[in-house]
Amino acid sequence: MSTVVIAVSVLAVLALIFGAVLGFAAVRFRVEGNPIADQVNALLPQTQCGQCGYPGCKPYSEAIANGEKINKCPPGGESTIQALADLLGVEPEPLDAEHGAEKAGPMVAFIREAECIGCTKCIQACPVDAIIGAAKQMHTVVAAECTGCDLCVEPCPVDCIEMRPVETSTANWFWQAPQQGPQMIATDSRPHAANDNKGEAA
Amino acid sequence: MTHMIQLHTFHGGIHPAENKSQSNGTPIRTAPLASELVLPFQQHIGAPAAPCVEVGARVLKGQVIANPQGFVSLPVHAPTSGIVVAIENRAIPHVSGLEEPCIVLRPDGQDEWIAHQSLCAELGVDDITDIEPAQLVHQIRMAGIAGMGGAGFPSAVKLSVKRDEQGQSPIDTLILNGAECEPYITSDDMLMRERAAEVVRGAQILLYILGAKRCLIGVEDNKPEAIAALNAALVQLHEEHHIDVVKIPTKYPSGGEKQLIRILTGLEVPSGGIPAQIGIVCQNVASAAAVHRAVDIGEPLISRITTVTGDAIKHPGNWEVALGTPASHLLQLAGYQPQKQPRVIMGGPMMGFTLPSVDMPLVKTSNCLLAPTAKELPLNDMAMACIRCGMCTEACPVELLPQQLYWFSRSEEFDKAEQHNLFDCIECGACSYVCPSQIPLVQYYRHAKGSIREERAAQKKAEQARERFERRQARQEREAAEKEAKRKARAEAAANSQSAKPAPAAAPTVAASASAPAAAATSETLEKLQKQLTATQTAIAKTKEKLAEAQAALAAGDESQATKITALESGLEKSQTKMKDLAKDIAAEKKALKAAPPAAASTAEGTDKGDPNSPERLKRKWETAQGRLDAAQSRLAEAREQGLDTVAALEEGVRKQQERVDEAKAAWQQAESGAAAPVSTAVAVTESATDKGDPNSPERLKRKWETAQGRLDAAQSRLTEAREQGLDTVAALEEGVRKQQERVNEAKAAWEQASGAQPAATDTPAATVAALAPAVAPAAAEADIAALRSKVLAAQDRVNKAQERLDMAREQNLPTVDALASGVAKQQEKLDQLQQQLAAVTSTAGTH
Repeated sequence: MSTVVIAVSVLAVLALIFGAVLGFAAVRFRVEGNPIADQVNALLPQTQCGQCGYPGCKPYSEAIANGEKINKCPPGGESTIQALADLLGVEPEPLDAEHGAEKAGPMVAFIREAECIGCTKCIQACPVDAIIGAAKQMHTVVAAECTGCDLCVEPCPVDCIEMRPVETSTANWFWQAPQQGPQMIATDSRPHAANDNKGEAA
Repeated sequence: MTHMIQLHTFHGGIHPAENKSQSNGTPIRTAPLASELVLPFQQHIGAPAAPCVEVGARVLKGQVIANPQGFVSLPVHAPTSGIVVAIENRAIPHVSGLEEPCIVLRPDGQDEWIAHQSLCAELGVDDITDIEPAQLVHQIRMAGIAGMGGAGFPSAVKLSVKRDEQGQSPIDTLILNGAECEPYITSDDMLMRERAAEVVRGAQILLYILGAKRCLIGVEDNKPEAIAALNAALVQLHEEHHIDVVKIPTKYPSGGEKQLIRILTGLEVPSGGIPAQIGIVCQNVASAAAVHRAVDIGEPLISRITTVTGDAIKHPGNWEVALGTPASHLLQLAGYQPQKQPRVIMGGPMMGFTLPSVDMPLVKTSNCLLAPTAKELPLNDMAMACIRCGMCTEACPVELLPQQLYWFSRSEEFDKAEQHNLFDCIECGACSYVCPSQIPLVQYYRHAKGSIREERAAQKKAEQARERFERRQARQEREAAEKEAKRKARAEAAANSQSAKPAPAAAPTVAASASAPAAAATSETLEKLQKQLTATQTAIAKTKEKLAEAQAALAAGDESQATKITALESGLEKSQTKMKDLAKDIAAEKKALKAAPPAAASTAEGTDKGDPNSPERLKRKWETAQGRLDAAQSRLAEAREQGLDTVAALEEGVRKQQERVDEAKAAWQQAESGAAAPVSTAVAVTESATDKGDPNSPERLKRKWETAQGRLDAAQSRLTEAREQGLDTVAALEEGVRKQQERVNEAKAAWEQASGAQPAATDTPAATVAALAPAVAPAAAEADIAALRSKVLAAQDRVNKAQERLDMAREQNLPTVDALASGVAKQQEKLDQLQQQLAAVTSTAGTH
């Protein structure tokens, strides 16, 4: 009988000790914020466009961390969906068309400055403060800071803002992947091609 | 060569056909000036230069026409004298064929130099060793010297080494790259042959700048003439002990910077690092010659030696050509025969690129123009499947796994490609050269690198955007908080000033501030009470309607209605009592919310803002008086009911009070020219003279009538009671009821008149129009005023009762006197507050 009592009491004491340790650890090593949401936020394109229905990338990342679908980010497109799926261990889904289509390339807002009346509405709409100007003064877009979110286009009373694709320059140009032409066997090729001096990169 | 140099080797490498003999047989020729020179702002790695000349300006040979922007940037000089005809976007020699801003110069043929001299002469010193290395580096930078081997990295950046406190340089070895391993190209070969002294002199300057112990000039063993010329120059300049010309085996790509360092020193540059980390600086021999010209002559880099070769060229050879010369001009000089499929490669066959157009200008890095025939260099457009032979791995000079990189790049698994050290690839093309399936491997790697760089840029931008977004949000929150704080401060200030106003008047009797803390707690109860009050008011209104009907019938002589009236009256009375109670409670709560001094309305003129004789204040006075009168009357009624002997005294009091009320009202009416609506009660109806001028709306008149009616009802019920009980006050009560009836009738008549007149407002005289003003005020304001008025009346009642109790207590010397006194004061405070509110609301409504 006493064996049982000892066993039970020992277990009870152990339970209390571990409970105390766990309780202490829960308080002492508490993680501030939501690490999952932060990781998700790092994968989002940070255009802050709100096309997902949330007021910015961070709120959407928090929603994803709480179980929201991952296919609501048109600026991120398929690559972002894939990255999110990899991170969260869920099946990638096609982009939800309800929130818009993926654009061909990065866009940048452009203000036709002659038409600008200086109403500052676009400045208030810009989520990243990429438009400069003052009341009754012409505004302009700081192209380097523009995320191409579109949010400034709607408020403009004179429709002087348009979205343009980011211009390609030698700074951002890079080689395209070689054309995946028809696969041939060696004998289809020209007779001299395999042996001749063929070193060239172009 | 005086030192024995232990040579090393690097992994892999290839031995393509050299094809150098076509172009190194003839000496360097100077190309005549083209009719137009196109100078891109960016002919180097780094930030593009910014133009400092204007269109139409005449510039001299060697004049700076674009200034460097930043540390890793170089200026651009005019290659000859002429006119700047345009600064515009032109196609630049880049594989993309994109247009970038360029300065277009039309030579005037005079080739007039800008004033220039050696740096020594400029600084008045005998030898370059008297010049600070930093000054030499600056001279080299401002001469616009970029790596002329093909990459175009600004030489001055490589030469900017930081020395330690003892002035010791971290650079041990200077290596001059004369390997020129790529097939076809002979520009460095010819330079070393013909201008060896310039190269060695450049090496001397570079050695001094770097503080390096030794200099190695690596030259492949397929250039014996160049080696001989360099050695002769060394002897001539007595530098054979410091500078060694090292003959290295011919192997592609031994001219790669890292490969040459490996061959000459056996050291390996760390992945992602630069040679300076292992104490080595590497420069091209042509760059060294340019350094000599910049320092010893003061000439900037405005021309270079370019090989023009290939089977499509009739007279292959090397040309000293002004920068900015269109490729087509040079090709024409060399006898270019256009092909069926025209193809001109800038650079060598291994690392060069096909020019999108032959009109593109030659720049600082253009070491070769190769115009091959289709047979000589067939287009490689038939890639076959990878057979996993592994030849690329054996050829790779950087010991990468080209096949793996190919798979990863092709399937766009860039992260895995990066893990396989994609960025260590020097894009030498050895793997593509050996590939039996002719897979354009390097293009895959370039694409992968570009994609990764783009992704990184996008990530960086996203990070920046996130930061900006968060900063913006923080700013907006802060601004909102500031606004809120300001608003609160304003509200507080307003409340303070409001409570400060009545305070002095309150000082004598009451602790006015006592009620302030209770404000929050009481506001809830207040709301509840107000709801109840509204409900009761509705009930009263309904009962009154019925009563009015019955009353009308009674007035018409229908005695049968009398009992019904009695029942209705008693119900009405109950409701009214309830309403009064509620109103009192509300007043109490309100008072708790805000402290107001007793009798502020009548005595606080001095402290109040504005005119003490303002209509509002006068009206308040009148209302107070009226309240007292009402109270006195009710007391009198009570006394009569109970048959007390104080009736006579009370009657006297009522009379006096009535006088005061009349006075107050007259004063107010005088002050107010009829714009604001007065509050009136049944007793006021007796003052018919003043009534006529009253700006009374039908509603108000009706209320007057109703109040009078209520009194009448009360009086009648009392009379009934008295009769039942056979009291001796019956006669008095009967008289009272009669009088009251008169008043009711008067009030009713006034109301009916007013309501009848309302629709015809446009026809009425000005006074009436003014009187009607409140009626057109919004209904809400009207309702507010009505509610406030009833509250005021209730509060007055309460004050009067409290006063009565106090008086009684004083008479009997009870110990509760003090408590009662403070109670009275509090009640008075509430009352005043209500009156103020009412006045405010009325004046607002009056201004509508």
